[in-house]
Amino acid sequence: MANTAVVVNEGSPWRGGVEPMKASYGKLMMWFFLLSDAFTFSALLITYGMIRYSHPAFEGAISDFAFSQEYWPIPEMVFDAIPFVHGIHAPLVFVGIMTFILILSSVTMVLAVEAGHRMDKQAVEKWMLWTIVGGLMFLGCQAWEWSHFIAGTDLAKNVGSNLLQGASLTANQYGPSNFAALFFFITGFHGFHVFSGVVINFAIFYQVTVGKMERVGHYEMVEKVGLYWHFVDLVWVFVFTFFYLI
Amino acid sequence: MEHQTSNVQVIPADKAKIMKIWKVAGILAAITIVEFIIAFTVPAGGAKSFVFIALTIWKAFYIVSEFMHLGHEKKSLIMSILLPLLFVIFLIFILMVQGASILEVLH
Repeated sequence: MANTAVVVNEGSPWRGGVEPMKASYGKLMMWFFLLSDAFTFSALLITYGMIRYSHPAFEGAISDFAFSQEYWPIPEMVFDAIPFVHGIHAPLVFVGIMTFILILSSVTMVLAVEAGHRMDKQAVEKWMLWTIVGGLMFLGCQAWEWSHFIAGTDLAKNVGSNLLQGASLTANQYGPSNFAALFFFITGFHGFHVFSGVVINFAIFYQVTVGKMERVGHYEMVEKVGLYWHFVDLVWVFVFTFFYLI
Repeated sequence: MEHQTSNVQVIPADKAKIMKIWKVAGILAAITIVEFIIAFTVPAGGAKSFVFIALTIWKAFYIVSEFMHLGHEKKSLIMSILLPLLFVIFLIFILMVQGASILEVLH
């Protein structure tokens, strides 16, 4: 009964069989997943903003700053340590290095996608491997950052009768308990994205090395994981600003 | 053992395209360095936060538009991704108002 079918939008690009947005199904779905993920991260960062705004800010010169449960800490006084060197005040240096590592791994991912367009298997392998190395380096840095944050600094302040040092989910030496809770939640959620990104990157890297993309005829999977990886970098740009700079 | 002779034609790299990628990377690095300089030279305040947020959005534009290639997609795809983010602006607004009220009530 083919003649009973009613074509409502003949000539429309939305009638099926074509790509109205000039992007494949997989790429579109990756974009919409990333949009939903962007909402999650926005909610977390805006919550950080709200909770920080609902605590008093430190009044006075930065040189007079001391950790207290009474007001929100100044981030550059909290994150001022670098590995292997003890007792040096190097504010934001380590997190700056982490930022550069992640931006660089994003660049190598773009180069992998570009090589995929050219069907250059060797170059895709090389750049994806650098991207994975960058991701692992970032995760290593974050592991150090967390362990340092949890262990605490020498500047531990006397609170009540207990010497509070380091951080847990209920209390921390740096400021209100929510400060450490938000640190763990936001950088942890981002770090888990980096971790899953490395795992997915490795899976696609493996498929490239065994020649799957050449059999399929294109390197679109590299593009899709590329979108995810850039998104992880994008989120870090925002975490860096709202958690460390402001 | 499986033996495959590859007949895939590798297209040579376009130098201008590769240069563009590194140029965007350079811009991202430069903005980050500017953020560092501001972090240590400008005293804290509303203007400083505003500059940081502006620079962050500038960086985000380059990552999304060039690295994620969204700037070169069809307009309908660009708008499907960007317009829903207006809800985020609304959430910022209501939660900042909420934060101010909590501060007023508790302190």
